[in-house]
Amino acid sequence: MSPALAQALADLPTLIRAHIVLSGASLGIAILVGLPLALLAATDRRLRVPLLALAGLVQTIPALALLALFYPMLLLLGEFTGTPVPALGFLPALIALSLYALLPIVRNTIAALQSLDADIIEAADGVGMTRRQRLLLVEMPLGAPVVLAGIRTAAVWTIGAATLATTVGQPSLGNLIFSGLQTEDWVRVLVGCAASAGLALIADALLALIETGLARRSRPRLGLGLGLLAAALMAALIAGSPSGGRRPTIVVGAKNFSEQYILASLIENRLAAAGYRIERRDDLGSAVAYRALAAGDVDVYVDYSGTLWTNVLGRSDTPPAPAMRAALTRDLAARDGVRLLGPLGFENAYALAMRRERARDLAITSIADLARAAPRLRLASDIEFLSRPEWRSVESAYGLRFADQRSYNPTFMYRAIADGSADVMSAFSSDGRIEALGLVTLSDPRGALPNYDAVLLLSPRVAGDVRLAQALRPLVGAIPIDMMRRANLMVDRDSDKATPQQAARWLLARIVATR
Amino acid sequence: MDRAFLELNDISKRHKGLAALDHVSLSVGAGTFVALVGPSGSGKTSLLKTINRLIEPDEGSVTIEGVDVRQVPVAALRRGIGYAFQGIGLFPHMSVAENIALVPRLTGMAERQRAARVAELLDLVALPQDFAPRLPPALSGGQAQRVGLARALAAQPRLMLMDEPFGALDPVTRDELGTAYRALHDRLGLTTIMVTHDMSEALLLADRIVVLIAGRIRADAPPTALIGGHDDPAVQALIDVPKRQAARLATLGARA
Repeated sequence: MSPALAQALADLPTLIRAHIVLSGASLGIAILVGLPLALLAATDRRLRVPLLALAGLVQTIPALALLALFYPMLLLLGEFTGTPVPALGFLPALIALSLYALLPIVRNTIAALQSLDADIIEAADGVGMTRRQRLLLVEMPLGAPVVLAGIRTAAVWTIGAATLATTVGQPSLGNLIFSGLQTEDWVRVLVGCAASAGLALIADALLALIETGLARRSRPRLGLGLGLLAAALMAALIAGSPSGGRRPTIVVGAKNFSEQYILASLIENRLAAAGYRIERRDDLGSAVAYRALAAGDVDVYVDYSGTLWTNVLGRSDTPPAPAMRAALTRDLAARDGVRLLGPLGFENAYALAMRRERARDLAITSIADLARAAPRLRLASDIEFLSRPEWRSVESAYGLRFADQRSYNPTFMYRAIADGSADVMSAFSSDGRIEALGLVTLSDPRGALPNYDAVLLLSPRVAGDVRLAQALRPLVGAIPIDMMRRANLMVDRDSDKATPQQAARWLLARIVATR
Repeated sequence: MDRAFLELNDISKRHKGLAALDHVSLSVGAGTFVALVGPSGSGKTSLLKTINRLIEPDEGSVTIEGVDVRQVPVAALRRGIGYAFQGIGLFPHMSVAENIALVPRLTGMAERQRAARVAELLDLVALPQDFAPRLPPALSGGQAQRVGLARALAAQPRLMLMDEPFGALDPVTRDELGTAYRALHDRLGLTTIMVTHDMSEALLLADRIVVLIAGRIRADAPPTALIGGHDDPAVQALIDVPKRQAARLATLGARA
């Protein structure tokens, strides 16, 4: 078995359990909330119209955006009420997915009740049923198949959308898909997709069994469907609950690119060796990651000084690296109680890169040279770059105007520059592919881009943990840029790929060797 | 008859500003079979439904044995009154037996007694006992309405309200079921109010015919009196239809 497949399969059971618990709970809440609302709305136009409009509106928001929205909303709620509301992980994912599942349940239930034969309702009233008896004895049994069809739709949607929970720090099968996409580990992506599709198919089949059981009034079908569904949920819940000793758990965060996965694995290795129990929160958005750390949802991760400087502290000057680190160490501790443990030894700066021959033909070596030729050139950037303060700073310092600007997933951005559909790209200086693909980075004579030293950050909760700091201290200053580039390339290259865990072990061996 | 069993006092109901029922009063003695006749939109169904409060009148009151129907909880009121209508409305997810036993079940009759009652009612409406486990979609129109009648009679009501009960049936079944119901009415000592737009059905089944036109009572007489003729031309026109048909059929028979 290939190491990629072995790694994906090893990660699978935990993620499947988390996925089942999350989608099951979301669907359960959507049913508990949606059914009574729909029952009220079926007879009350004043409730029905706004309810359907609202549920429909939620559906028009992309699931990814809906999940991302709940993070700041819960943070605000926490600040407002002064209670520790967990803004990352299970809760925001649960709320967003429940909302998402609401529409098909509400719409089908209302449709089921409204489409009932008027004669049957007249008969129910005529024989002297109370509203409640009419609902329980007539409307629900007759409407059940249509309601169930709505629940089936909701279940399939929820299981699919739950893969996106990864982006708000809730483990799900999306972990395999997102990290696989970032590292071009297609085996990992396929395992994630297949598992998620498989879960959806199984849930759909079980609900179909319940649906036909209701429609044909077959107790065995109904019982089998309900029984298997309950068994699956129970198994996931029991297996998913923490077991073993109560060792302290440390949450290691990672943003959504290879270097971050490798460094998170490296940190995980060091801390596990020191006896800590580790949880991972991968694929955090750049803005989410620091706030998650400050809020205590993540305990340790690697960020970059320039990013913290501009995005977190909102500064626009670019002091020299040591001064910036000193100021960050002071300000982050004072403001958020976050501890900057130290730099890892390399820089992952934003840079602009071009193919070597193209740059030579156009006689471009610096961003200042680029500014002259830019109106005829096309820029490929990663999804964040164009909205970051660093880009605005470069743009205004050099007066950059491109003929065309497009955002790509980092992996596809390299494809775009390689096949000539873009001339210039935003790049990361620690990326092993820059050299491997024959690209050159352009110099920044006006110093518009700040330093991006990789730094280890600790949450307020573990900032004073001496043992933890000791376990991580050997990493400080231990990873020179060449070493990081090679580790990154191992994961990012097209053939003979390594998993982030393998790259982390390779790094660890080097670090130990150089000590 | 010293006291009326059912009284409708000065009932008015407006629908979209038009008077659907215009100060209607009616007094019905126990055991009477009343046919409410009139053209479509005359208000006869609305009048019937004010009795079991499927429609609440804007003005006026209904009393059964002197008790205002508004003083009885509506579900209890309806359980005590048999109700059969053209749409029948058998519950498709319940068997024939479950449909028939529904009202006894709502009133809390024990299951064993309910089974006995179902058997009795199937006999009463002349359906074989093996119909009990069937589901309504498997029944013909006439069979379904027999089950509908059995369901209406299950709680031993003294008052039956029927809204075009045989309207959707073929003529042979319709005649058969009408005659069978009239026999049941007599045998069980029921008071029946039946809405129909078919004057000949009314003349042949009822003890008393009430003609309702545009929300007002325009005639109220036994069939024997009505067949002799009526001053009101609109009422006369309704009676003329079956009479003319009968005459033409007689001529046709004589020629054959």
